[in-house]
Amino acid sequence: MTSSARSTPYWFLHYGLLAFYVAFALFPLYWLLKVSITPNDLLYSEGIRLWPSRSSLAHYTFVLAHSDFPLFFKNSLIVSGSTAVTVTLIAALSGYAMSRFDFRGKMWLVGLMLITQMFPLVMLVAPIFKLFSPLGLTNSLTGLVVVYTAFNVPFATFLMQSFFDGIPKDLEEAAMIDGASRFRAFRQIILPLTLPGVAATLGFVFTAAWSELLFALMLVSKADASTFPVGLLSFVSKFSVDFGQMMAAGVLALIPACLFFLLIQRYLVQGLTAGAVKG
Amino acid sequence: MASIDIQGVGKSYGTVPVLHNVDLSIQDGEFVVLVGPSGCGKSTLLRMVAGLEGITRGDILIGGKVVNELAPKDRDIAMVFQSYALYPHMTVRDNMSYSLKLRGTPSERMSHVISAAASKLGLESFLDRKPRTLSGGQRQRVAMGRSIVRKPKAFLFDEPLSNLDARLREQMRVEIKKLHRELGTTSIYVTHDQVEAMTLADRIVAMNGGAVQQVGTPLDLYERPTNLFVASFIGSPAINILDGILRCDGENRHIILESEEQLPALARIQGRDGQAVKVGIRPEDVQVSIQNAGSRMGQVELVEPMGLGTILHIGTVHRTLKAFVLERADYPIGSNIAYSLPADRLHIFDARTGQRIAD
Ligand SMILES: Nc1ncnc2c1ncn2[C@@H]1O[C@H](COP(=O)(O)OP(=O)(O)O)[C@@H](O)[C@H]1O
Ligand SMILES: [Mg+2]
Repeated sequence: MTSSARSTPYWFLHYGLLAFYVAFALFPLYWLLKVSITPNDLLYSEGIRLWPSRSSLAHYTFVLAHSDFPLFFKNSLIVSGSTAVTVTLIAALSGYAMSRFDFRGKMWLVGLMLITQMFPLVMLVAPIFKLFSPLGLTNSLTGLVVVYTAFNVPFATFLMQSFFDGIPKDLEEAAMIDGASRFRAFRQIILPLTLPGVAATLGFVFTAAWSELLFALMLVSKADASTFPVGLLSFVSKFSVDFGQMMAAGVLALIPACLFFLLIQRYLVQGLTAGAVKG
Repeated sequence: MASIDIQGVGKSYGTVPVLHNVDLSIQDGEFVVLVGPSGCGKSTLLRMVAGLEGITRGDILIGGKVVNELAPKDRDIAMVFQSYALYPHMTVRDNMSYSLKLRGTPSERMSHVISAAASKLGLESFLDRKPRTLSGGQRQRVAMGRSIVRKPKAFLFDEPLSNLDARLREQMRVEIKKLHRELGTTSIYVTHDQVEAMTLADRIVAMNGGAVQQVGTPLDLYERPTNLFVASFIGSPAINILDGILRCDGENRHIILESEEQLPALARIQGRDGQAVKVGIRPEDVQVSIQNAGSRMGQVELVEPMGLGTILHIGTVHRTLKAFVLERADYPIGSNIAYSLPADRLHIFDARTGQRIAD
């Protein structure tokens, strides 16, 4: 059926449902923004109004100027950035190996990697803490990078493998016949074509590390190595929750993730292999 | 340039054998075509020469040196893939110069070589385009260009024309042949298309089920196929095959067909009396006459005009025979037609082994 053959009520429903879905998905974000600009005195008095009668940026100024939040923010950037880069490097190499080579024990390796994804992480907190504290990796950003890297490599490997699987083997074989070593063929021919995959993996791992709370909370007890999800909790005091500041911090925390995706979206949508073979 | 020797080469994937004991000696400058049905192991053999597949048994020599353990990059060969395998993120120029860059060729020399190759293949105006903006035929040329810019010891082609339409295929076939005449580089060309094989090859290697069936010039294979497989694979329209029993009576040989008809054969046929045989006769060797009656008669069942000639399907009580005639006579369907099967045009094979009976 062509689109023109469909009736107006159909399109009404079509876009209506889409709009509902989008609104549903974005509503929490909207509420985050709304609360962050609502002055404290209006927060409870105005109840559930969609937009406060008076807005202010006071929460933002406070969070930026008078809290530890900039430090948490910097820590998070360091941890997430290093994790994303490390994981993507490892996953690119291991994903390539999974995609192109047959080796003994491959099935076992895949099985083991899947098993690591099956445990609830809570189970691992105590042993990891035990392991890390003599190594001086508790209360340190490095420790977090190590844990996050370990947990993200398996999934990232599968992700990269699927991208490599989509690139014809002929291309690197042609390069090897042209005089390249396998590694050079990987670097000069295959990797440039996998940029969408690299971007997707970077983005996925970055956001995962950015929002991780459990280990960030358990392995770090000092403020100078805390990441921002832990920092958000500091707005919860024994007697009250400072919603306004917490939401302002939350909105600020969204910015790097958004920027990051803006940066890589070009690669996410681009089909570089078009025209590689046949056609 | 170099000779290529394949000595007792076998290949198995796990426990599955796909190539059995292949022996083949290719001379310097020769154009050899590997032909056979899909899945017979042609690509595998070619990729073993290129170094892209390991060698399970035997040796491969390029220029007299065993290359079994040599990486593809150190074998100094060029290959054209069926998929062309052009680097999609590089321009045509970069695609063609990649191998030269890896060898550290000075840039003036490089641009000279590229423009020479581009003009030879009519690619001058595409040098700065990306492969995805080119048509199939143009991509094919770029793939060729990529191989000829350096002077490799050998060219390997894996069904390079099978993604092109018939007209373009014919045209590129001629260009490949010209190119080979000009460069004289040892070439191995894989195809499942017997017309390509016949027209291009100095020598054809017919393969089936992972084994070499026959090696020889195109006309060798056409006129003296060594077994039933080669007889039926080479030639279009395909050869007619009839079942029969060989009768040897002193110097006289004849074949009793299933239909009890007698078919005289040449005295030099070796065979035993009573041996079950298969008799092949090419459609163009079947003689027909629509005006005169003869000892063998049939009806015209189907007419396939090809321009160059006509394929006639002649039905008799027992079978349908194909005949290829050049005359433009009118053959109304259903009309009676006389045909004969000249004894000197018969190919006789043992029915059990499929091997040609010596003659
Ligand atoms: N990587 C592989 N693993 C297992 N079997 C394979 C592999 N590659 C090819 N084969 C098998 O080897 C046989 C020959 O393949 P190939 O050389 O590609 O045939 P051709 O090129 O003559 O069509 C086929 O039966 C194919 O299924
Ligand atoms: Mg093949």
